[in-house]
Amino acid sequence: MNNNLLFDFAVNKATKTVSITKEFAADLSLVWDAFTKPEILDQWWAPKPWISKTKVMNFEVGGKRFYAMVSPEGQAHWSIQKYTSITPKTNFKLLNAFADKDENPELPGSDWDLNFSEQNSITKVSIAIYNESLERMEKQIEMGFQGGFTMTLNFLETLLPTLSLK
Amino acid sequence: MRRDIFQAIADPKRRAIITLIALQAMTPNAIADNFNTSRQSISKHLRILTECELVKQEQQGREIYYSLEIQKMKEIDKWIEQFRKIWETRFNQLDQVLSTIKKQKK
Repeated sequence: MNNNLLFDFAVNKATKTVSITKEFAADLSLVWDAFTKPEILDQWWAPKPWISKTKVMNFEVGGKRFYAMVSPEGQAHWSIQKYTSITPKTNFKLLNAFADKDENPELPGSDWDLNFSEQNSITKVSIAIYNESLERMEKQIEMGFQGGFTMTLNFLETLLPTLSLK
Repeated sequence: MRRDIFQAIADPKRRAIITLIALQAMTPNAIADNFNTSRQSISKHLRILTECELVKQEQQGREIYYSLEIQKMKEIDKWIEQFRKIWETRFNQLDQVLSTIKKQKK
């Protein structure tokens, strides 16, 4: 990660909210696209070696993204993100829930609030994730990330430059 | 009944109890002295904390002392760290994707 750019992660157990702030060396419209266009999202959303596969995505209020995180063994974990509010290039909100392959959500999910702002060609993204139960967040990790993770971090430097837009 | 560790720390009073007994083992009465609440309510919180295996009880003479299971608390930190790493990894990847797109535009 570029060391000059902010990455902040905090968990507030009392309010059951995870706050993540990250700065990117790119202009606002590009970062906005990276979060709202499936072809770009799928390139970075899943921590490697997992891959993200978006099956359906309508980025509009009331619309949804139905996608899978696919393990190296080919095992798919489905999720649905329903967009509840969109203010272009400023903010969007969604309801995130695990799902089965037939798009049946597993409730309760979590509420996401994503804010975007740009200053001096640096775009800041602030994400607040409210979980009704922290147990659910725990599940998210249990669902297979653990193993791949340490590996991911170690290989990151060599792996990332090979990423490219097809 | 097995409870979720996060249920244990979800309550402000239970977090206060954890902070108290992190310093030294205490009897339920000594713990209750620090709060403006009934002894029963403290007992209930201690029971939940025990069920979550966040505290352990030790009999000393006629008194029961409660102390913190530090190892269990570390589990929470470890868990949060994993969640943080997911986002760090994800955003590292996004950094790369963004720089690739920018290069292609030039």
